[in-house]
Formats: sequence, structure tokens, C-alpha cells
Amino acid sequence: MTATPTVHRTPTTKAAAARKWTGRTREYDLVKEFVIALVVVTVLTCALAALFSSPDEKQITISTWSRTQPADFRQTAATELDGSSGTATYGAPYNHTPDAAQKVGPVSLQHIAGVTHPIDTVNDFVVGPLSGVPADSELGAALVQWKGATTDQQKTWASAYDDALTKAEGDVTKVGPGDYGPVPVMLDRLLAMAQSGGLDGALLSQKQFFQTDYTKPLLFIADGAYLEDQARAQHLGGDQWGMMNETGNFPGQAWLWLYTFWYQVSPFSTSGNADALVWGLMALLTLAFVLVPFIPGVRSIPRWIPVHRLIWRDYYRTRRA
Amino acid sequence: MTVLAALAAPVNLNHTGHYVHWGVVQISVANLVVIAVMVVVFVLALLLPFPKGRDKQ
Amino acid sequence: MTAPATTSRNWTVRLRNRAVRDLPPEQLMPGEQPVYVASWIYVFGVLTLSAFVVVLVSGGWLAVEGPQWWHTSSTGHFVNSLHLWSVELFMAFMVIHLWGKFFMAAWRGKRALTWITGALCFVGSIGTAFTGYLIQSNFDSQWISTQAKDGLNAAGIGAVFNVTNFGQMLMWHICLLPLVVGIIITVHILQVRRKGVVPPMELDLRDEIPEQVQR
Repeated sequence: MTATPTVHRTPTTKAAAARKWTGRTREYDLVKEFVIALVVVTVLTCALAALFSSPDEKQITISTWSRTQPADFRQTAATELDGSSGTATYGAPYNHTPDAAQKVGPVSLQHIAGVTHPIDTVNDFVVGPLSGVPADSELGAALVQWKGATTDQQKTWASAYDDALTKAEGDVTKVGPGDYGPVPVMLDRLLAMAQSGGLDGALLSQKQFFQTDYTKPLLFIADGAYLEDQARAQHLGGDQWGMMNETGNFPGQAWLWLYTFWYQVSPFSTSGNADALVWGLMALLTLAFVLVPFIPGVRSIPRWIPVHRLIWRDYYRTRRA
Repeated sequence: MTVLAALAAPVNLNHTGHYVHWGVVQISVANLVVIAVMVVVFVLALLLPFPKGRDKQ
Repeated sequence: MTAPATTSRNWTVRLRNRAVRDLPPEQLMPGEQPVYVASWIYVFGVLTLSAFVVVLVSGGWLAVEGPQWWHTSSTGHFVNSLHLWSVELFMAFMVIHLWGKFFMAAWRGKRALTWITGALCFVGSIGTAFTGYLIQSNFDSQWISTQAKDGLNAAGIGAVFNVTNFGQMLMWHICLLPLVVGIIITVHILQVRRKGVVPPMELDLRDEIPEQVQR
């Protein structure tokens, strides 16, 4: 540092920012600062936890749903059986429903990713669980009739019953006469099974005893109206900026504000491809956020809005002196 | 352990949430408070004087 | 002066020499800072880090008893509250830190990697928090998972990252994501130590090279 350069060009301020600082320094204790910060944050956290606690809204089981809203359960079960439910018509990753996947322009990442969690709502949600019910001769006969019929016949029975049930608003006593085959008995038994708690267990333990994948019971519950009704009552719906919100009066995930914002405005709010479009847009914006140093204009905002004059006011003041 | 149980939240946030509506924006009072506090803290951080340290040079 | 690092065939010695050359101990743990580090905005990085420690400790305590403990134990519920509020503080401090660093244009002077790792910490933390909400095993988890699946499925991500699979989300939340975020945080902090705290805009060059610029 003592050698005098023979050719010297005064470095620009920009280049100077990259050099090791050789100017004035001040004493600064980083470890002490960290310890103090840790104590402060720990005390603050304990105080907030003691003052406000945390929310714990009890989960909905298929049992509570079917006992609280049997009509909604029946109607949902009917749509699972006739293949018209949200899950049955979802497309990838649950099943191969044509034209179901969302797109951005011509590209459907959803479709490309494929069916990796196959769900057959007819058998997985209805016939399979019912087949495990013992000592019920009427159900047994109904299942024999169902399994002996062609797929087209099964669909005809199930669709007819679904339509009739919809017309009767889920009230089985108001369903008009029609050719429904074994469907009324099957859905009757499914309701009883659900109300007893057996369907929660059956959907979970279909493949193995130790199970941590709740996809099937969750999709079944989400196909009904009950879950969404409870959520909307807590302001958690998609068009209620629900992504940012928490149950009760607790603060939620305020950092998701931009993600949920797009769902509230056109064209996303009315598009069938809203999820794909918002995800694509947020992926781009996130990339831009990570690459701010390289984006002309954006990287100049700190010069245009000189908050830095407040941050470094002591330094600028000493410099003027 | 019972001491902690006795500390059951003096402020009960487990009732219906309050929301502010402003055009297309809907925001919970809780989230609004959090954001407002953050902005206040940011402004205070900019304005409050920082303790002078000993110069090393 | 010791022999240049490149001449040693010993990987350990070469790595050590490289590490000490890039970040000497006095730079890794300095007892001073440039005179311009004199604003409360500078403490939000360490506040974020401290909150991260509290998040890890409270989360670790929940892990000791398992994911259902907090539903049936008042101590467990309190620890869950510690975890929730430390996360709220973590995100709040991180965002204030981000605002400060943005208005300082802290990427100047070849500090783009510091900004990039910081931004990745932010994005990674959002993802980690998201998986945390999924494993509460209550009504909120049920709603969030059945809604979020639509966004993730539409992007093709849901085919692998299944938000309704509690077991998968638990492992991502307590194992994979904290590890990844922890590594990125470490790189971020080491970058700050390597490059030093960004100097003010409109730098006074007399501070930079005092002996070479006439007053």
C-alpha cells in the first residue's frame, strides 16, 4: 500500500464500491449485537405467544361433514359415482380427463407432468370402501348388481340419480321415481359408513396400514360444499384475498399479497386458466426480483427515491464538514 | 407446565375476523396492523439516531 | 509469506489456504466496521437471523414431541405459538431488511450475489412457511392444501410436490427446506463478510484512497 503507482487513474465511484474499504472505521461488536438481538427476539416472541396464543380450528372429518350436512355429502358422493365431481374431472395428476388441464397459451405443464397420483373416484371413493362392509345382504346384492353391469349402465344409473338428487336438493325423501339401479342403496350405505367414521379410515388405509397421505379423504371433502362454506365464513376464499388470511383475528401470511392480488383482477379473476397464468406471472416476477441488480430502471430506483440520504446522513454530514 | 396453561391468551383472537374493504382490496385488520407496524418500524429505523462508536482511525 | 496454495497437492491445505485467503479471520469476525455503518436499519439482518434461530429452536421443540402434540397439550400449544410468532417476526424483520438493502442499492460493488442469495432466502422462507401451514393438521391445513393444490397442479409441480400428502410436506418442512434455506443464509452472510458492507452512494473518494486524492 506504500508503493506509489506510476500511472494513476482516479477510480470512479462505481468501481470504488467494489474495493475493500480503507477509510475510517468505528468499533463494532458483531457477536454482542447478535446476542442482544437474540435476547430481544426471544423476549418478543414469548410475549406475543403469551398474549395472543395461536389458532387451532378443529379439522373437518368425513364423519362430521356427513352428520352435519348429509344432503351435501350425498350429492357429492353421487358426483363421485357418476364421474362428474371436481376430482373426477380434474385431469392430471389424478386422472386422464381430456381438456381438463390448465394452459398458458398452448402449453399445459399440468398435462405434461402426467397422472402421478391416480384416483378413480368411482372405485376409490365409493365401491372400494363399500366392498369392505360385512354382513349387509342388501348392500351385497347392490354391489353384485353394480359390478355385473357394463360401465355405460353404471354411468346411466349414477347420472340419473345424481340429477334426481340435485333436483331434490340432496333430500333423499324427495327424489322422484326413476331407474337408478343399485345406486340409492349404495349411497345410503356410504352415508351410514361416513357418519360412523368408517369412511375416513377406509379412504386412508386402502393401500397400507401406516399412511400419511391424506389426498383421498381431502379431495373427497373438498368436492363438497361444506369445507368451502366453513372457509368462506372465515374469509379464506380465493376471491376474498383468502391466501393472506388466517382463521379468527390472527395475522396471516401478509407476504402472499402479490400472489393473491392477481386472482382478484381481470383477466385472471374470470379465467379458467387462472392458476396457470398467475403461477407463470409470479415465476417471472420472482425471477425479476432475484435479478434486480441487472434490471435497468429498477436498479436505479434507489437513486430516484433517495432513502439512502437518511441512512447515511451522518457520513454525508461529516464529509461536508 | 400448569404455569403455561394458566397463561391462556389474555387477548382472544379466536373470534370472527375483522376486515377492511377498499375497492378490490380486502385485508384483515390483523394483517393491516402488522404491515403498518412494519412501516413505522422502518421509518423509525431510518430516523432514530444510532449510537456513535469509537473511531478506530 | 507461505508457499502459494496452488503448489500444495494436499486438498485440505489447498482448501484451508483458499478459505483463509478469501476470508481471513479478521474479516470473518471483525471488531470494527466502516464509519458509515451507523443507522438502525443495519440491525435488521441480525434481527432476521436471531428470529431464524428462535424459529429453529421452537420448531425443534415441536419435533421432540411430534406433529400432533400441540393439539392436546397446553405446553405444546404455547410452543406452537412461539413458532408462529417467531415466524411472523422473522418475515417482518426480513422484509424490513430487504427494504433497507433495496434503497441502499446494496448490490453495488460486485455484490450481486449477496442480493441474489438474500432474494433466494426470501423465496425459500415463503416456501418453508407454506409447508408449515400445511402440517398444522387442523382445518387451516385442510383448506390450504386443497386450495394450493390447484395452483401447483396447474404448474405441473403438483405431480411431484403433493400438498395433500401430510407425510411428504412434514419432511419437506422439518428437513429439506430448513437445510436448503440454512445453506443459502450461510452463503449470504459469508458474502457480506467477504465483500464488506456496501459503501454509501456518492462515495467520498478521499475515504477510499486518501493518500492518492488531493484534498
